[in-house]
Amino acid sequence: MSQIHLELTKVGIEFPTPKGPFCALRDVDLKIKKGEFVSLIGHSGCGKSTVLNIVAGLYQATTGGVVLNGREVNEPGPERAVVFQNHSLLPWLTAYENVELGVKRVFKGKKTKAEMREWIEHNLELVHMTHAIHKRPDELSGGMKQRVGIARALAMEPQVLLMDEPFGALDALTRAHLQDSLMEIQNDLGNTVIMITHDVDEAVLLSDRIVMMTNGPAATVGEILDVPLARPRNRLELADNAEYNHYRSAVLRFLYEKQKKIESIDAKRAEKQLDKSEPEKTKSVA
Amino acid sequence: MSNKLATLKFEQLKAIKWRDVLISTLMPVIGVLAFILLWHTAAPNINTSLGDFPQPKQVFEQWGNLVDEYNTEQDRADAFYERQEKRNAELLAQDPAAKIDEREFNGRPTFFDKIETSLVTVLSGFFVASVIAIPVGILIGLSQPLYNAINPLIQLFKPVSPLAWLPLVTIVVSAVYVSDSPMFSKSYIISLLTVSLCSLWPTMINTAVGVAGVSKDLINVSRVLRLGWFTHVMKIVLPSAIPMMFTGLRISLGIAWMVLIAAEMLSQNPGLGKFVWDEFQNGSSDSLSRICLAILVIGLIGFLLDRIILILQTYINWDKSAVVR
Repeated sequence: MSQIHLELTKVGIEFPTPKGPFCALRDVDLKIKKGEFVSLIGHSGCGKSTVLNIVAGLYQATTGGVVLNGREVNEPGPERAVVFQNHSLLPWLTAYENVELGVKRVFKGKKTKAEMREWIEHNLELVHMTHAIHKRPDELSGGMKQRVGIARALAMEPQVLLMDEPFGALDALTRAHLQDSLMEIQNDLGNTVIMITHDVDEAVLLSDRIVMMTNGPAATVGEILDVPLARPRNRLELADNAEYNHYRSAVLRFLYEKQKKIESIDAKRAEKQLDKSEPEKTKSVA
Repeated sequence: MSNKLATLKFEQLKAIKWRDVLISTLMPVIGVLAFILLWHTAAPNINTSLGDFPQPKQVFEQWGNLVDEYNTEQDRADAFYERQEKRNAELLAQDPAAKIDEREFNGRPTFFDKIETSLVTVLSGFFVASVIAIPVGILIGLSQPLYNAINPLIQLFKPVSPLAWLPLVTIVVSAVYVSDSPMFSKSYIISLLTVSLCSLWPTMINTAVGVAGVSKDLINVSRVLRLGWFTHVMKIVLPSAIPMMFTGLRISLGIAWMVLIAAEMLSQNPGLGKFVWDEFQNGSSDSLSRICLAILVIGLIGFLLDRIILILQTYINWDKSAVVR
């Protein structure tokens, strides 16, 4: 049995607002094994990104903590590389230079210049970007930018790869392409991955486990679904697979029955009448 | 084949929107001509103590006079050096060990010498201002507490007129800058410092705003990569601040050039400001035309300086698609 690699224990976070502290997360417990692909799914605003940012070290948990390989996480670092939703490439650097920035930081003194170059090119090859290696982000399409973003993260040889809705801003076809690429890479490298998504198909297709989160405020882990489908997975074959569809509907049921977010207008109106005097809900942090 | 090409060209010619071309090239010409006409007709109606206000024609004549003056002065300089060389050669022929003095020609600075002096002064003043303003701007942009500390000073000194700084600068420079063989004239130092003091602020503020406005996502990238302070500034902060920085530099250079003319008038630095002042004091029948000409030249140089900064910006900025105007 592979042992626990990354562990979140009773993670909670509060954000100060003018109306007092706002509790975005409470008691998030999660244990992730090495090489596991875990998706976080939930309605927008439920705090998925907040969980990821805490693991990344960009936010500090108010209560509880994150332990990676027996060491507490309390600041960002390249061993927990992040693929950002909006790619966040530096617009003034080429694809190569963007990847190079991280590689130089991580492998300084460990790799020679030639080895670094080879490594950068290898990673861009992994995401099929060899043809545009010296192009700047404004010359690349949205999908290509995200590929470079993934290459940048992979090139740092992270212990955990954190992906914040990596394909959320892409069209459906490009997204499917990138999902296939990601599965391929994951098969080769066996990275530990935490991915945020709000796409049910994406979650079932890619993940070993799906962590479903309840709605905020004070969001937490609702249910965890194991997806023991055989790998490599093929989206076409799975479309008619009963098991796949079972997992898919399990997630859907959680999102739309147990954690129903969209209420009918009538119900909303009634609720409004009820707690008219109550202050408006603080906007939750996604 | 060539026929096809010709029709293609013709089609392209037809595709050009002649109305737009007309508006973008002809209208500026019409504007300038209208101004000259207005000037031409209005000028004789303004009677001054130095005669009628000069018409465009008279101003243009002064350009010829100033060029003539420059040529005469050049000839005098050439003659001077020729005489000196001859004298030295004779001296050497008599006694090979003779001590020779090489003197520089000490003629009157002409209009064009004054332009040169002004340009050198404004660029050195602007350079000093930028060397101070950009690093300070970066520092206060990166650190909110530092910004809070420096901001009141910026707000306090930014609106101060160059004419208010000048007496202070003059007295301080006179007291501090004492040397038997000064490398620069006092008037140059005074003008330079006044220009710097006044043109410092826009660059400083804009750099700070640009630096503080770096996208949060890019800062997160930097945090995840755990970039060092220096790499963070060089790779992330500076490139994203460059457009704002150049906006500041442009405003600063414009202010520097305006301030310089005033500073030269009072500090008697032999530049365009002094030229205007001297003509004002001179009060000859040509003075008004010469002042008008100086104003046109000052405006033209100011415009060219602005263009140079723009070209520099397009060259340095990573975003070549950015529209600079």
